[in-house]
Amino acid sequence: MDFEDTPDEAAFRTKARAFLDANAERRKPGAVEGYRRGQDAPGAMERAKDFQRRKFDAGFVGFHWPTEWGGQGGTQIQNVIYNQEEAKYDVLTGLFGIGIGLAMPTICTWGTLEQRETFVQKTMRADYVWCQLFSEPGGGSDLAALRTRAEKDGDEWVVNGQKIWNSGAHYSDYGILVARSDPDAVKHAGLSFFILDMKAPGIEIRPIRQVSGSSHFNEVFFTNVRIPDSRRVGPVGAGWKVALTTLMNERHGMRDAPGPDFNELFSLARQVELEDGLAIDNAAVQEKLAEFYVRSQGLKFTKFRGMTALSRGQTPGPESSIIKVVAANKLQDILSYGLDLIGMAGPTMGDTMPVSGIFEEALLYSPALRLAGGTDEIMKNIIAERVLGLPQDPRVDKGVPWRDVPTGPRATGTKG
Amino acid sequence: MNFDFSDELKQLRDEARRFLTDRCPPAVPRRILESDEPYDRALWRSIAEMGWTGAAIPEAYGGVGLGRLAVCVIAEELGFHVAPVPFASSVYLATEAVLQYGSEAQKRAYLPKLATGELIGTFALAERAGTSDPRKLTATVNGGTLTTVKLAVPDGDVADFAVVAVNGGSGPWLYLADLHGPGVTKEVVTTIDPTRSHAKLSFTAAPADPLAAATGPESVRRLLDFAAVPMAFEQVGGAQAALEMGNAYAKERYAFGRPIGSFQGIKHKLSDMYIQVEMARSNAYYGAWAVHTEAAELPIAASVARISACEAGWFVTKENIQTHGGMGFTWQMDCHLYYRRAKQLALALGSAREWKLRLISELRNRNTEDLQAA
Repeated sequence: MDFEDTPDEAAFRTKARAFLDANAERRKPGAVEGYRRGQDAPGAMERAKDFQRRKFDAGFVGFHWPTEWGGQGGTQIQNVIYNQEEAKYDVLTGLFGIGIGLAMPTICTWGTLEQRETFVQKTMRADYVWCQLFSEPGGGSDLAALRTRAEKDGDEWVVNGQKIWNSGAHYSDYGILVARSDPDAVKHAGLSFFILDMKAPGIEIRPIRQVSGSSHFNEVFFTNVRIPDSRRVGPVGAGWKVALTTLMNERHGMRDAPGPDFNELFSLARQVELEDGLAIDNAAVQEKLAEFYVRSQGLKFTKFRGMTALSRGQTPGPESSIIKVVAANKLQDILSYGLDLIGMAGPTMGDTMPVSGIFEEALLYSPALRLAGGTDEIMKNIIAERVLGLPQDPRVDKGVPWRDVPTGPRATGTKG
Repeated sequence: MNFDFSDELKQLRDEARRFLTDRCPPAVPRRILESDEPYDRALWRSIAEMGWTGAAIPEAYGGVGLGRLAVCVIAEELGFHVAPVPFASSVYLATEAVLQYGSEAQKRAYLPKLATGELIGTFALAERAGTSDPRKLTATVNGGTLTTVKLAVPDGDVADFAVVAVNGGSGPWLYLADLHGPGVTKEVVTTIDPTRSHAKLSFTAAPADPLAAATGPESVRRLLDFAAVPMAFEQVGGAQAALEMGNAYAKERYAFGRPIGSFQGIKHKLSDMYIQVEMARSNAYYGAWAVHTEAAELPIAASVARISACEAGWFVTKENIQTHGGMGFTWQMDCHLYYRRAKQLALALGSAREWKLRLISELRNRNTEDLQAA
């Protein structure tokens, strides 16, 4: 039992570090990674694309993919090691997460050879940026309830409807779209999966202003948008199964929540003066700090257990399914407690605040982390059903044509 | 990355589980709960015959020399089965104290008999309600004899000797006291968990043999650190059993025409229980790594493992009762076996509150960025 890399892993880590040292700036000590921090800065997209191209040329994009996908045939653990190292540098790779992390694995798993040849390499080298067009106003956690229609017209599909929460749709070249191709089928069976050219006529993109004030995601409206049948991924009616491949890739990333963690809170407690001296000398504060440290470590070592499985060429155990829900909740609890310690001075934003304002910043973006990629509640259902084997809720939409499934007063559009 | 037990240790864990599933179903701790029997003697003998009591004792002293990781995997299974035996007292504490601080002669005298289970040891620390900080102890040894009262000593009534913590000043802080010797009285006390007997031990000018290497209060803390890790595994084992019990019930019990486990109120509760168990297990692994390598950060790793295990044990065992509804509060259901044991274990080495303060004090003493696995 140890934390050491195997000799092969250590050699790979050295290689990754050498590439990063030559092509990126190391994050400053004490600097904290925020959520999408820096993505709006002028020139950010060009810098991000430039780095991505070098990463591609060095063979680190999709390193763990099979060679027939255009990868290096590396292992999952090498991918994890590369990401661990990359996280120590000031690079923006989040812009390519949907394309590389979600769209390509889905297209490579389900798509045609022609689709693979058209999209994979260009996506790997940042020529194409992707967005995900899944959720709708009436289909979030219940994704399969989605209403956007795709109707066959000769060799094309005509798409009408609306998507929501589409990160980066405003700068994306392509989108992966799930739409309803058969409203008379039961709801999971009437869906199909498409690759959509975001520059096609009939697409309107409206930014959504978030709690944080910035606009990373959008609503996307479709009016008679035409998609060639050659851009359909997987069989007609198999859209749900194809989308599950995307969702599995989204949820199985062992994702942590960026933002203030124990170290930042610890540092804050050493700076802030309370009634009886420094916060760090207060027993009540110490107990809270200890609880956060334990949660932080629990997450870290749960990830290490997953990495150990990967290192042995195995699939991580079910314990990896807890990471997202634990991380996002821990983040909110830590930032709220940090702000409480800062006290009346807490509301001020900006890097003049203790720990460069990360607590204030995280307050406003943290809710997203408990929602995106599966809400806490959906994640807990998944743990309950897939890990603990508990039965599904009885469902009124089972075996019923989608057209006849009840919808509430907040539903928009028709079931035409 | 190799953050897992070896195949050999996993095999040992499987053997332990098979053995205890057969020999220690819930009816066994229940029998101890409902009788005056302090522990299951036959089970203790079998455990000793399998070499578990000597797992961490080197072969030179009559043990099987499997090391502390073996104790961790065994501990998890003992916890899972709520085993009514003085294993924690004798192995994690008394044996560890002699291994750490004993003279060659003491090791030769005690370890071979501890290994065979012929000798049962325990650890006596608490003198009053409140803190168990060794610096607050009042017990002292004068002229080789000990006078003090130690409260709620686990297995104090059945142990043959106790490792007694005293305020040793510049001398030793731990002594070996023969509990069959002169000047010792044992008074069995009723506790929240009668499946593990406890006694108040009174020493009046009782002969005491110093563990000479145990200098300063830190030596007592260090013993607690070493014990906290297998204890965390025992706690995780108990929490796992309570989770499985609640989960099984949620699938079988119907209300409103459907299994209660199909209601999200119950599903999310069981998911939360699972999350707590896995977080505690991951943290216990960290502790296992630290005791195995005797890492400098052991005080941190042990505290993390301990706090996490106490939190999981409490949460999961109380929510198992809640999942069972009114049935969970009956004597007849086994829920209370896990609930009692979880709190007993959570108090036995000092409560999580104290470990939290200790953890932060340790973290302040070092630069967190230097920590292993940062």
